Amino acid sequence: MDYSQYLLSILVWLPIISGIVLLVIGDGGDAKSSKASTMRIIALGMSLLTFVLSIALYAWFDNTETGMQFIERFAWIPALNAYYYLGIDGISAPLILLTTFITPLVVLTSWDVIKVRPAQFFAAFLILEGLMIGVFSALDGLLFYVFWEAMLVPMFLIIGVWGGERRIYATLKFFLYTFLGSVLMLVAFIYLYGQTGSFDMFGWMNVTIGLTAQKFIFIAFLIAFAVKVPMWPVHTWLPDAHVEAPTGGSVILAAIMLKMGGYGFLRLSLPMVPDGSAYFSGLVIAMSLIAIVYIGFVALMQKDMKKLIAYSSIAHMGFVTLGFFLLWSIQSGSGAGLGMTGGMVQMVSHGLISGAMFLCVGVLYDRVHSRKIADYGGVANTMPVFAAFMVLFSMANAGLPGTSGFVGEFMVIIASFKANFWFAFLGASTLVLGAAYTLWMVKRVIYGEIANDDVAELEDLNIREFVVLGVLAVAVLLIGLWPAPLVDMMNVTVDQLIQQIGHSKL
Amino acid sequence: MTLTDYMSAAPEMTLLGLICVVLIADLFVDDENRVQTFWMSIAALAITMWTLLTTAPAESLVLFDGSYVSDPLSQVLKVTAVGFVGIALMYGRDYLRANDLHKGEFYILALFGLLGMMIMISANSLLTMYLGLETLALSLYALVAIDRNNVTSAESAMKYFVLGAIASGALLYGISWVYGVTGTLKFDEIAMALAANPALNSLPLWFGLAFLIVGISFKFGAVPFHMWLPDVYQGARTPVTLYIASAPKLAALAFTLRVLTDGLGGLHDVWADMIMVVAVMSLLVGNVIAIAQTNIKRMLGYSTIAHVGFILLAVFCGNDKGNSAALFYTLTYIVAAAGAFGIVILLSRRGFDAENLSDFKGLNARSPWFALMMMFLMFSLAGVPPFIGFFGKLNVIDAVLSSGYPGLAILMVLASVVGAFYYLRVIWYMYFEQAEDMAVLQSSADTRLVLSLNGLAVLALGIIPGWLWTLCTQIALSMR
Repeated sequence: MDYSQYLLSILVWLPIISGIVLLVIGDGGDAKSSKASTMRIIALGMSLLTFVLSIALYAWFDNTETGMQFIERFAWIPALNAYYYLGIDGISAPLILLTTFITPLVVLTSWDVIKVRPAQFFAAFLILEGLMIGVFSALDGLLFYVFWEAMLVPMFLIIGVWGGERRIYATLKFFLYTFLGSVLMLVAFIYLYGQTGSFDMFGWMNVTIGLTAQKFIFIAFLIAFAVKVPMWPVHTWLPDAHVEAPTGGSVILAAIMLKMGGYGFLRLSLPMVPDGSAYFSGLVIAMSLIAIVYIGFVALMQKDMKKLIAYSSIAHMGFVTLGFFLLWSIQSGSGAGLGMTGGMVQMVSHGLISGAMFLCVGVLYDRVHSRKIADYGGVANTMPVFAAFMVLFSMANAGLPGTSGFVGEFMVIIASFKANFWFAFLGASTLVLGAAYTLWMVKRVIYGEIANDDVAELEDLNIREFVVLGVLAVAVLLIGLWPAPLVDMMNVTVDQLIQQIGHSKL
Repeated sequence: MTLTDYMSAAPEMTLLGLICVVLIADLFVDDENRVQTFWMSIAALAITMWTLLTTAPAESLVLFDGSYVSDPLSQVLKVTAVGFVGIALMYGRDYLRANDLHKGEFYILALFGLLGMMIMISANSLLTMYLGLETLALSLYALVAIDRNNVTSAESAMKYFVLGAIASGALLYGISWVYGVTGTLKFDEIAMALAANPALNSLPLWFGLAFLIVGISFKFGAVPFHMWLPDVYQGARTPVTLYIASAPKLAALAFTLRVLTDGLGGLHDVWADMIMVVAVMSLLVGNVIAIAQTNIKRMLGYSTIAHVGFILLAVFCGNDKGNSAALFYTLTYIVAAAGAFGIVILLSRRGFDAENLSDFKGLNARSPWFALMMMFLMFSLAGVPPFIGFFGKLNVIDAVLSSGYPGLAILMVLASVVGAFYYLRVIWYMYFEQAEDMAVLQSSADTRLVLSLNGLAVLALGIIPGWLWTLCTQIALSMR
């Protein structure tokens, strides 16, 4: 029997079921008990097992196949014609790999940092992982929506229970913002269901929809995904959520949950309402450029490291949406694919880099319990190994060639040159701004004289932290120096997608 | 009339007979052994349930000269009503015992209320409907006042009684107008009369219809006839609130569907607007005022008003899809509502009612399991997938959208975002705050088991909602 056909289901349900097991067994409320350490080991083991299985997914993935792969389809709600329908293509596969790659690192990072109810903490992360993989692989609209919304539940608890001082404000804002965005998407889904009689996403791609309806659907999708990405001006929940979330939560939020928005644009907005997307592409490009330039300046002025990285995330995600929506501004054929692939690469790369940046801040926070830039200075003197990592990731964040941060941004900038000089000019300003805010922070935190006693007493990375940052550093450099495997995975699908978008649905 | 005719009404007759048995037997039970009355009541419910399941007619059957109907709709509503009355008694038992309220009257009145609901559910004429309604209402008035020394209970019972009497009067007045215009009280004959003579569809009938809608709105607690609901929910002792919040909603749904669809379906254009106004106001008022509440029973009361808005918007569609959505929403809503009040009871103990939201602080530290169950119930009420409440909302939005009202659909989802806030606040108190009171939860194992099953049901139903969806669709199609 060929088990590979159930691989996606296993990737979705293995973490969820392990999470439930953790919840049921529990830790008796004591982080130091032997039961709690067993829970940690189970969490790490299961997330590593999921990662190993996802490597099998990569190995069996066929780069030349234009359609969906690893398809599973069973009747779920016959009355609604809704199916348990999973499958992946070149857009979703890299994001699933990113998810399974980041989760074990998050489990390791939170190893003994979490003092309160560790079993529930790790359970929340495992359940979240399964749900996120579910979002990336669902091909049935209803199933997609269920995973999409269910994801909010563990994240709400992660920020609210294990977060910082203003965690309640931050988590409520996070939940209500994203909930508001997605309920409008639900209305659009039900409308599409009414038009086609099923929740099959391919049915939705092929049905004819009038321009007015397309505009409304696009707006509903835009609100849902813009909140998730997040795009200016609906980004304000992100700095709060990032600052208050525990390190692991920030990493998952930045590395994977923000990618849901970008993924949604590619999977839903562009192919289902191409004419609506064309109509509003100028708006999205404008919002992206504002995010890149304006939010870049905002990041420059931050005093809190996590907030700075959160704003830099918004600016970098602006490149993703810019790349996706350049399609209609480009006359010659090849640039559109470049922009879209660039956006995709940027998503993966930003997942790694921003995750790593939050981990670096987490390392400092665990020691000094402050995120303020002013409380640090001269960290390189006491933590040389850490300083090396932090500088590397900061360079990557600023888009230094040779790191993954360069590849995606460069592709998007080239594509925007083909579209319009000013798009490229404004987009490229990030190379200056990004370098300015990141390196200025590095200068103030890492270099200089030892600022105070706290810094003087810092201990360098322990093995656990070294492994986590080391693995991420390798990944960042690997994609920066040799992006071909990643780009090859996407190429066929992106071409297919551009063809699909090219067909008017009026 | 033959014996088989009576067979379809056997559940009601059985229940009535058993109530009399319990009533008499209870006289010989002393206060220490009052739990025997509980078990007798449960046995009565079990026998009624068995009768229901064994005497179900294969098709819709009209009895007693057209006053009584037994059809798939009545069957599913009655089975659910019997089940939820059983659950209400189960959750209430320990609380009543701890608070010296463990009297036989509670069980007798609860069973009489159930009888009233069953009569309402099976009513095929306006008069039978009224009889069932009054049987239920009188039991409820007395139940609310069961703690007669408690000033709030007495006050809310009085308020409920006076307002209920006014609503009953309005309803009877409306019935008399409908009777005057159509010359009949039976739903099928009203529909036939309307079809035969379109001229009847005129102002006098609309006038009567407006009063019928007042009655429906009052029974459901829809705005602007909702004033009694928060006060009664808060003033009644929690087991009584739980009872009022669950099964009677099924009877109210049957009332609405039989009157508006079976009887006056031909007047859809006229009543749709009235129902829509009432539903939209309920949705907005319920959700917004619930935010300001600090008492959880009152908050759940306002949340009920908001949920009623959803049910009525489904009824508003006036087609099979809408009726099916209304049925689905009601059935799934009471599962979550019963569970939520069950948790409120679970947190209470002798002399202490966990009425305030702040009593939920730190529940995760006191009992992670029941905090998890309450979280499931709250997310279900908020309409977050994968819990069943989401599919209820999906069903209603689908019905409204396919009837061509996108504006209403958007209003509904926006209202549910507002509503999400106060459900989230309960979760916030349970998970994000420190416990102020570390008392161990006291309740017997059987209650805990049922409560856990109740909490898990909202998740399980949400993962496999298909069968219930199909069932509701079939029932809606079986209605005339």
